[in-house]
Amino acid sequence: MMIKKISALAACTALVAPAAFAADMADEMTIVSWGGAYQSSQVNAYSDPYKAKNDGLEVVWDESSAQAVSKLRAQSEAGNITWDLVDVEAADAIRLCDEGLAMEIDPDEDLAAAPDGTSAEDDFGDMLVSDCFIPQIVFSTTFGYRTDMVPDGVEPPTSACDVFDTEKYPGKRALNKQPIANMEWALLCDGVAYEDVYDALETDEGVERALAKLGTIKDDTIWWTASAQTPELLASGEIFMGSAYNGRLFSAIEEKKQPIGMAWDWQMFDLDGWIIPAGLPEDRLARVKDFVMFATDTQRLADQAKYISYGPARASSAPLVGKHATLGIEMAPHMPTDPNNAENTFVNNYDWWADHRDDLDAKFQAWLAQ
Amino acid sequence: MTDATMDRGSADSGPMRAADGTPLKRSLARSLRMQKIRALALVLPLLIFVLVTFLAPIFDMLFRSVENRIVEDTLPATVVALQDWNPDQDELPPEDVFRAVYFDLFLAAEAKKHTRLGTRLNYEMPGISSLFRGSGRAMDDVAKDQVEAIEDTDKKAWRDGAFWYSILGGDAGQAEIEEARSRFIALQGESARGPVGQSWCAVRGVLGAPCAVAPNRTDLKFGLSPEAMALLPRTSRQYAEFGVFAVLEDGDVLQEEDPWEAVYVAMALDLTDPAIAPRIASYTGPGAEQLQAAAAAVATLPAINFKDAMAAVDEEWLDPEVWRTIKVNSGRYTSGYFLNAADLKLGSDGVEVRPENERIYIMLFKRTLIMSLIITGTCIVLGYPVAWLLANLPSRRANLMMILVLLPFWTSLLVRTSAWKVMLQQHGVVNDTLVWLGIVGETGRLALINNQTGTIIAMTHILLPFMILPLYSVMQTIPPSYLRAAKSLGANDWTAFWRVYFPQSVPGIGAGSILVFILAIGYYITPELVGGTTGTFISNRIAYHISNSLNWGLAAALGTILLVAVLVLYWAYDRIVGIDNVKLGG
Repeated sequence: MMIKKISALAACTALVAPAAFAADMADEMTIVSWGGAYQSSQVNAYSDPYKAKNDGLEVVWDESSAQAVSKLRAQSEAGNITWDLVDVEAADAIRLCDEGLAMEIDPDEDLAAAPDGTSAEDDFGDMLVSDCFIPQIVFSTTFGYRTDMVPDGVEPPTSACDVFDTEKYPGKRALNKQPIANMEWALLCDGVAYEDVYDALETDEGVERALAKLGTIKDDTIWWTASAQTPELLASGEIFMGSAYNGRLFSAIEEKKQPIGMAWDWQMFDLDGWIIPAGLPEDRLARVKDFVMFATDTQRLADQAKYISYGPARASSAPLVGKHATLGIEMAPHMPTDPNNAENTFVNNYDWWADHRDDLDAKFQAWLAQ
Repeated sequence: MTDATMDRGSADSGPMRAADGTPLKRSLARSLRMQKIRALALVLPLLIFVLVTFLAPIFDMLFRSVENRIVEDTLPATVVALQDWNPDQDELPPEDVFRAVYFDLFLAAEAKKHTRLGTRLNYEMPGISSLFRGSGRAMDDVAKDQVEAIEDTDKKAWRDGAFWYSILGGDAGQAEIEEARSRFIALQGESARGPVGQSWCAVRGVLGAPCAVAPNRTDLKFGLSPEAMALLPRTSRQYAEFGVFAVLEDGDVLQEEDPWEAVYVAMALDLTDPAIAPRIASYTGPGAEQLQAAAAAVATLPAINFKDAMAAVDEEWLDPEVWRTIKVNSGRYTSGYFLNAADLKLGSDGVEVRPENERIYIMLFKRTLIMSLIITGTCIVLGYPVAWLLANLPSRRANLMMILVLLPFWTSLLVRTSAWKVMLQQHGVVNDTLVWLGIVGETGRLALINNQTGTIIAMTHILLPFMILPLYSVMQTIPPSYLRAAKSLGANDWTAFWRVYFPQSVPGIGAGSILVFILAIGYYITPELVGGTTGTFISNRIAYHISNSLNWGLAAALGTILLVAVLVLYWAYDRIVGIDNVKLGG
């Protein structure tokens, strides 16, 4: 609430006195992210060093990324964009780009080249999935479980499909209150081949089948809306296993020493990055472009991996990933891309989701309410 | 003077008059009117405040439940072309509808507004949103052969904006350009700035913060050539649309811009039109050579079939259901949102029930009503004894109890709800205590949260003061001597309570019940936090549509229905119990 007020206030002052900073950069910036351990890694790796270089700059963090699309739509409807930079998943970036709510960028002009001179476009490579998307990390949605709640004499879960096995692993589950990832797992664990999952989801029968599979655990499931919830629910013993982003589970396990294990099989692989909302005033745009240039360079992306186990999205950052900033442990084995973790990986089809998100959201939410 | 003498006096000498000779009645009315005006002037600020900040936004929001301009604004030509198509037959619309949808969708995709229409129609036909999104990306490729064929005849000329303007530009065509402009404004969802807005902007200009120039007042700095409009009507129309877009959206100068594909496609249509082709051959105006070359090039290609082209973009365009959905929902006003709120939809032959997996709202309304009644009931059962104690204990102890009742009332709602989460969860205080006492086993922990039980428990606690306070204030006014009198006349404790005390406390129950029930029926935050999926109310759904799915029309329709339901219940209550029997205080 406070955050919104502050940024609204900032927008007002910008309106009243446009002449004062018009040619200059704004001295305040509102960044939207996912909260929790992930957001603090961004504060540590990007915004604190940037603030050290820019005296008097105020950075306001908002934790609304999960509702970024709908909130940006509403802001654009109201004609008052209060956000300067928004952290979103690739599928949402594509959607926002299609809707004209995100600004198109030119990688070679707006992003820093690698230290060896490779252009940003080549260094990010395939990660540039949309004209508006500024890639940041690769992450995966995986399952965490309470190691002390595994029934006696039973192997601990290793795969996403174990979430559907309530006989072997009794107890509550937590799943994202969104169709993305859940629908794929449901079909995959119901016997649909990996390659056919999205084709099946395009048909009514496929959607029915996925929902029916999810229906087998609907009564045992708590649906989370913020990515910090699963680690909390695991820590309090409220659930036996639940889906969460791998970096969240890493911080619960390694930093907070909770009795949590990870089931890496069929992790859902995805991209995350920034978008700049379309239609920002000049001074704010200048500021945010300056920040993005800084925050997505090779060193900064590698720095972020010191705080959370997400892989940097540029090729040149990968060799620089080292140890955790405070714990001193090697980060590489905790990355979703590590060969030990990536035996079976489900690569999220963000293009497909960008087109079908509205349809499946409607069906999924109606199913949830029933 | 008594009434009798006054009556006689007036009968004797006509109406009574005031000192200045006007009839007393009129004089009195005038002075009363002055008083009324003065009173009105006093409440006027508040009245205006309420109107502007409360009623107007509510009506604006409720209006969204029937407003439906988006289909007509985004696909104007398609809506017109679809008028003659009969949706009842299982046939696809004719070719001219496909042609209209191509040009409409092309412009919408350039303006990036096609996704909004897809989202709107997705409410009526789940699955249509991806059709619009995907198609928007592929619009540039429709009739690619023709576009390339024209371009290949003289790349240098056709990629030059000035060359295009030399053929199509001129000093005429204001009507066509204004039509394109108003279409652009409607598509962008902007309202043309009227005189009021213009004078406000003049004030802002003086204050040093001028408005941006309104799109309906911008000088477009181009016109159409009358010769070209006669020779190439489709091309000229598309060129005007492109020009308006280039100037207003991109801030470009039309004379420097190479037009987008839709203008090429329109030109291919014109050049292959049998009525136009002979006139092209004898045309001698600017660009005649290139036009004749282009006509020859497109003549070698098969004619553009928009139906096939749209099918190549996405096969779903060949599904009659898509066209039926567009046609049925093309009106400026719609009953779709209200029908949706009642699990119905508008089919081609009238109202029909939605498929089973989309039916949720009636169930949610029922659940909201039933759970609100249960919560009201538990509040009565729990609140009545407390209120009785409050009213009958010596005042010192009663005050202490009152503080205990009010303390949670003063605590933040979120804190209380979160506290219930800690209490009720699987490893929470309640379950741990039960396990420790051996009442339930380790595996048989009770599910008290994230379901209806959780909602009922937490909401009963949160709404309890609203029941206790009116009950207490009514009970305070019941003299204790009545009970003593009843007992002295031979009633036992129960009879004395039931026949004497209880009937007198009914107004308190009525007031408390109305308060609790109306608050419960619209409650949002507590069910959201502790209700899981089975314990949520219709208001959670409204909130979801307001802030997540942005289906404001449906949210407004659901809100209207909820409001009407509460008013009907209130009316029924008034008829059965009588609103005069409700007491909020002594």
